[in-house]
Amino acid sequence: MKKQKIRQSMGSRVFDIVNVAVLGLVAVIMLVPFIHVMAASFTSVEEYLSKDFILFPTTFSLESYRYIFSTGTILHGLMVSSLVTIAGTCMNLLMSVLTAYPLAHRDLFGRKVMIMLVIFTLMFNGGMIPMFIVVQKLGLLNSYASLILPYVISSFNLMLFKNYFQELPVELEEAAKMDGYNDLSILFLIILPLSKPLLATFAIIFGVEHWNSWFNAMLYLSDSGKWPIQVILRQIVLSASEVGDAMGGANFIPPATVRMCTIVVATLPILCIYPFLQKYFTKGLLVGSVKG
Amino acid sequence: MKKGVIARLKKNRWMYIMLIPGILYYIVFRFSPMFGLISAFQNYQPFLGFTKSPWVGAAHFQRLFREPVFWRLMKNTFILGLMNILLFFPLPIILALMINEVKNRFYKNTIQTIVYVPHLVSWVVVASLTYTFFTTEGGLVNEILKSLGMNPVNPLLSANAFRPMILLQMIWKESGWGTILFLSAIASIDSELYEAARVDGAGRWQQLKYLTFPGIKSTVVTMLILRIGQFLDTGFEQIMLMLNAVNRSAGEVFDTYIYEMGIVGGQFSYSAAVGLFKSLIALTLVLTANTIAKKLGEEGLY
Repeated sequence: MKKQKIRQSMGSRVFDIVNVAVLGLVAVIMLVPFIHVMAASFTSVEEYLSKDFILFPTTFSLESYRYIFSTGTILHGLMVSSLVTIAGTCMNLLMSVLTAYPLAHRDLFGRKVMIMLVIFTLMFNGGMIPMFIVVQKLGLLNSYASLILPYVISSFNLMLFKNYFQELPVELEEAAKMDGYNDLSILFLIILPLSKPLLATFAIIFGVEHWNSWFNAMLYLSDSGKWPIQVILRQIVLSASEVGDAMGGANFIPPATVRMCTIVVATLPILCIYPFLQKYFTKGLLVGSVKG
Repeated sequence: MKKGVIARLKKNRWMYIMLIPGILYYIVFRFSPMFGLISAFQNYQPFLGFTKSPWVGAAHFQRLFREPVFWRLMKNTFILGLMNILLFFPLPIILALMINEVKNRFYKNTIQTIVYVPHLVSWVVVASLTYTFFTTEGGLVNEILKSLGMNPVNPLLSANAFRPMILLQMIWKESGWGTILFLSAIASIDSELYEAARVDGAGRWQQLKYLTFPGIKSTVVTMLILRIGQFLDTGFEQIMLMLNAVNRSAGEVFDTYIYEMGIVGGQFSYSAAVGLFKSLIALTLVLTANTIAKKLGEEGLY
């Protein structure tokens, strides 16, 4: 009996060591590309050309960054992405809250039908071409609204919002009604201030989606002067040297370095926001479980 | 006593006012594209609109089934979808279970923070990174292979390497993020159960088998049904970004074909028909998965 116990704890200890080691390896694999790109982007051109592999730069140079910002293209792309991300995320949150809150009330007439219709859109959709025609007919092609409006509510996330509101204690609303509040002011003055984890969680989810989205911009924005950063980055990767020429810089900067810098500026903003919102993150998702 | 409908409507009038933007949104951007699918049975002309464009019945569908590319699209779409479910889907669950077994809080939090990070990166950046690492002109992987005296590889320009490359990208980017739901499912299991099990002498494996697995089962089933519903949508943006003339035979799927035919080629009706065909398969798949889940005693989604 005693022997078995020791053996078990031995096995358990071996498992712990292996587990910790494997997870450490996973973490390293996930970080190496970031470190490599960061290091390469700050490396001077001479060093970059003379070495095969850069993980830690020995020189520090902003040469390549000065080069990619020498024309307004990238800066403009970053501005567009920031504006679309901020406006889009606010719209996502507002529309989700306004639609989910009433649907969370069981005494609402027509609630069941509306929820069924929402779930139906999860299972069946018109697809790319009919959506394109709708956007075209509304005259939204080549407008930033085409990046925000068509997917302003995600049916799946809407259900998570609804589940979250359903879990809140009814007494809150009842007390507020006694004090003469209407439903709209209850939502904005009482419920939302209590829902910060939910809002923060979805601010990240929506924000990341807007910042990173590429295909919609490619589909709806043919005017290259309106492109967000992801479309510009794609263009640079496809034809690094051509873009380099088009930018008309005087010195030669290797296409690879231009690529590295653009990757960094296209990724850094969203990575910077992450730690600020992270504390809410697990909490927020915990409350709105998938089912309901 | 049951209140009249009018009274209920009146009592909730603010609720209905709140719903107006949402209802408008669903009508314009979710349901009107569904009605737009009638263009799949027409020769849709943008200047004639849906009402005046000539009807052609099922001609576009007949054309799709006769196209030589049809079976290639079916095969590629299904292989990528199956790969996603069989090879990718289990990984976040395993990773979540592994993270859950870590005892040191600091290490656990650090690992969790790190594995979420790749999700924050766009597919464009992932495609760029892949290019940067694998290009034969000074890419990291080929430099290493060269220094080891091996032949350079170029998975970017190879039909055989297309699927493994897509899978690896997906694992790197999404497996960490995928742990969130499973970790919160594990966290919601009553910790007193574990204490009781330990008092009864259950080892770690037994705790895993009798407490953790049953505890996350319904989350796993729900996520699986959702995945199957998106079976045919597997990584559209990702595939678009990695697709090129050389790997088209392995990488072309329904969505990329719809884009090529409809947006690039301007054949709205034909590509809407392809889209409708795809949406119907997706609907069948998700309803089947849901029925099976219910038969197996799970709640199902719908």
